[in-house]
Amino acid sequence: MSRALIESRTFNLPVKNIDTDQIIPAHFLTMTGREGLDRACFFAWRFNEDGSDKADNPLRNHDRARQQVLVTGENFGCGSSREHAPWALLDYGFRAVISSRFADIFRGNALKNGLLPITVDEAVANWLLDNPDTVVAIDIENRSLKVRGYGRFDFPMDPFSAYCLVRGIDPLDFILQGADDIRRYEESHGK
Amino acid sequence: MSEPSTLFEKIWQRHVVRPETDETPAVLYVDLQLLHEVTSPQAFSELERRGLALRRPDRHLATIDHSTPTTPADKHGEYDWTTAQARIQVETLYENCEKHGIELHGWDSPNRGIVHVMGPEMGATQPGMTIVCGDSHTATHGAFGALAFGIGTTEVGHVLASQCLLQSKPKTLGIRVEGDLEPGVTPKDVILHIIGRIGVGGGTGSVIEYFGSTFRAMDMAGRMTVCNMSIECGARAGLIAPDETTFSYLQDRPKAPSGANWDAAVADWRTLKTDPGAEFDRLVEIDAAGIEPSVTWGIHPGMVMGVGGSVPDGEPDALGYMQLQAGSPLAGESVDVVFIGSCTNSRLSDLRAAAAVFRGRQVADGTRALVVPGSGLTKRQAEAEGLDEIFRAAGAEWREPGCSMCLGMNGDIAQPGELVVSTSNRNFKGRQGPGVRTVLASPLTAAASAVTGRVTDPRELPEVTP
Repeated sequence: MSRALIESRTFNLPVKNIDTDQIIPAHFLTMTGREGLDRACFFAWRFNEDGSDKADNPLRNHDRARQQVLVTGENFGCGSSREHAPWALLDYGFRAVISSRFADIFRGNALKNGLLPITVDEAVANWLLDNPDTVVAIDIENRSLKVRGYGRFDFPMDPFSAYCLVRGIDPLDFILQGADDIRRYEESHGK
Repeated sequence: MSEPSTLFEKIWQRHVVRPETDETPAVLYVDLQLLHEVTSPQAFSELERRGLALRRPDRHLATIDHSTPTTPADKHGEYDWTTAQARIQVETLYENCEKHGIELHGWDSPNRGIVHVMGPEMGATQPGMTIVCGDSHTATHGAFGALAFGIGTTEVGHVLASQCLLQSKPKTLGIRVEGDLEPGVTPKDVILHIIGRIGVGGGTGSVIEYFGSTFRAMDMAGRMTVCNMSIECGARAGLIAPDETTFSYLQDRPKAPSGANWDAAVADWRTLKTDPGAEFDRLVEIDAAGIEPSVTWGIHPGMVMGVGGSVPDGEPDALGYMQLQAGSPLAGESVDVVFIGSCTNSRLSDLRAAAAVFRGRQVADGTRALVVPGSGLTKRQAEAEGLDEIFRAAGAEWREPGCSMCLGMNGDIAQPGELVVSTSNRNFKGRQGPGVRTVLASPLTAAASAVTGRVTDPRELPEVTP
């Protein structure tokens, strides 16, 4: 399936201001690679200190195979700039997050890793939070979110990010195509 | 004559390599990238995987701060690493800096420290620059009138390879504070008050410019404390226009311009201010007289109250985690640990403020106090003034520089359920250890709470405030 088209059921974490320390606690950040963060994802919500399962784990009934779209409260991904947050969400099995607001750095980090941050109006977010396990279809090329039983909504995404996601273009390649511009800039600005 | 423009606009325009279009973001030149061990290894790996060279090693500066122990090396020169992996991470940065020719301030450097303390101290942070780091508190450097923001590891790699970033232009938010601060009220209280006022998402998508007489009156450490926490209201960056305070701080620092270059630089820096008539997308105005010593009572930095106030209602999850009752005072709650440090409040003036409280007093029985200077330079300056002796005499621990208990990556954490009064920047659940309850506060409030063993308004201790 294309990275640009996702059809899946939703899973709800109806919490506002989920910070990146919740998504992945700092003690996992000593790694020098980027693999194997499945267990680290929402670690303190899922596991006790001794590594046993938490009885009140809000993700305990999550069907990872069928529910690949996370729906959360506003201001998702606030706090630290750790890119380990989208890495962990992807390793865990999410492919998109729907919220009425994302923190800037998290949104940028997510897009660069193919985890889709889908911003919707509060009314849409609230409907989804009231209706767990809903089938949604996310079409990046047309920036359209279809919510089964509710409607179709446009979502904002800068055209460049959407283009990169759909075509599999790497933003660094785009920057480096302008290497002459960078050199000219350095010369003319005494850098 | 050109249109009046904001400080942000002026810095942005100076760094546009390719302008923003309807289809593509701007390519923005980065004058300085700061590196530390946590968010850089995967960026270096990517550079190598793609066979790319580091474009401008001279525009990079590295330190080790997050994973590093804050206890000294033993007699064999061994450090007490929290895990073998933490040591490997630091060694990986050593290898990457060696391989790519990057100036690294490691264990043997007298300057080594928290990246946002060390950069300014070395004079590497200068007005008008663009500065990035894989760390959300990079906005600290905005105190010098630099456009500084935190980026993710993929973007760290972009800057390694190209010295550029793709950026869509943010909105501007002006925050004006006028008036003198009351005794006992510090820059930390100002920024906590601001975040409480506009909320944790209030700055999302924006660059903040802080202006007005209150910021003019602050020293550089105070301005850094304010800009540091811009991210806690979601802002991409925070800025304060440079002035004589900025210039005198920078003069004669190792990486600052010198001789004729200094005069030319200052002449240019004087132009870095928002023109009369330039407009912000949004403006917030605050009267300094209404700002009290402020603390957080909840689980994010927007849950702020005056230290003498009552805990508000309406957030059962936060109240439950913090074990607090709505309507009850926070002052008087028993304190287990006090942490004075972090990129927010570990500079010399912060340590002086804390020492003024500790002088002639003792850390309360049952309370532990940790004082962690922000850098090697700060540590030596504090010791030259005898501040370390004051902390030790009071029963507080005087540590080696690093991020320490701000995020507990190096093993400096508290125990489940403990209450920590902390001069750091985040009170998220579990940030300072699983189940740990964090109250963010100024160095004065933190030190006052250490000597009483309870959350304490520093104005209630005699002779603390003038």
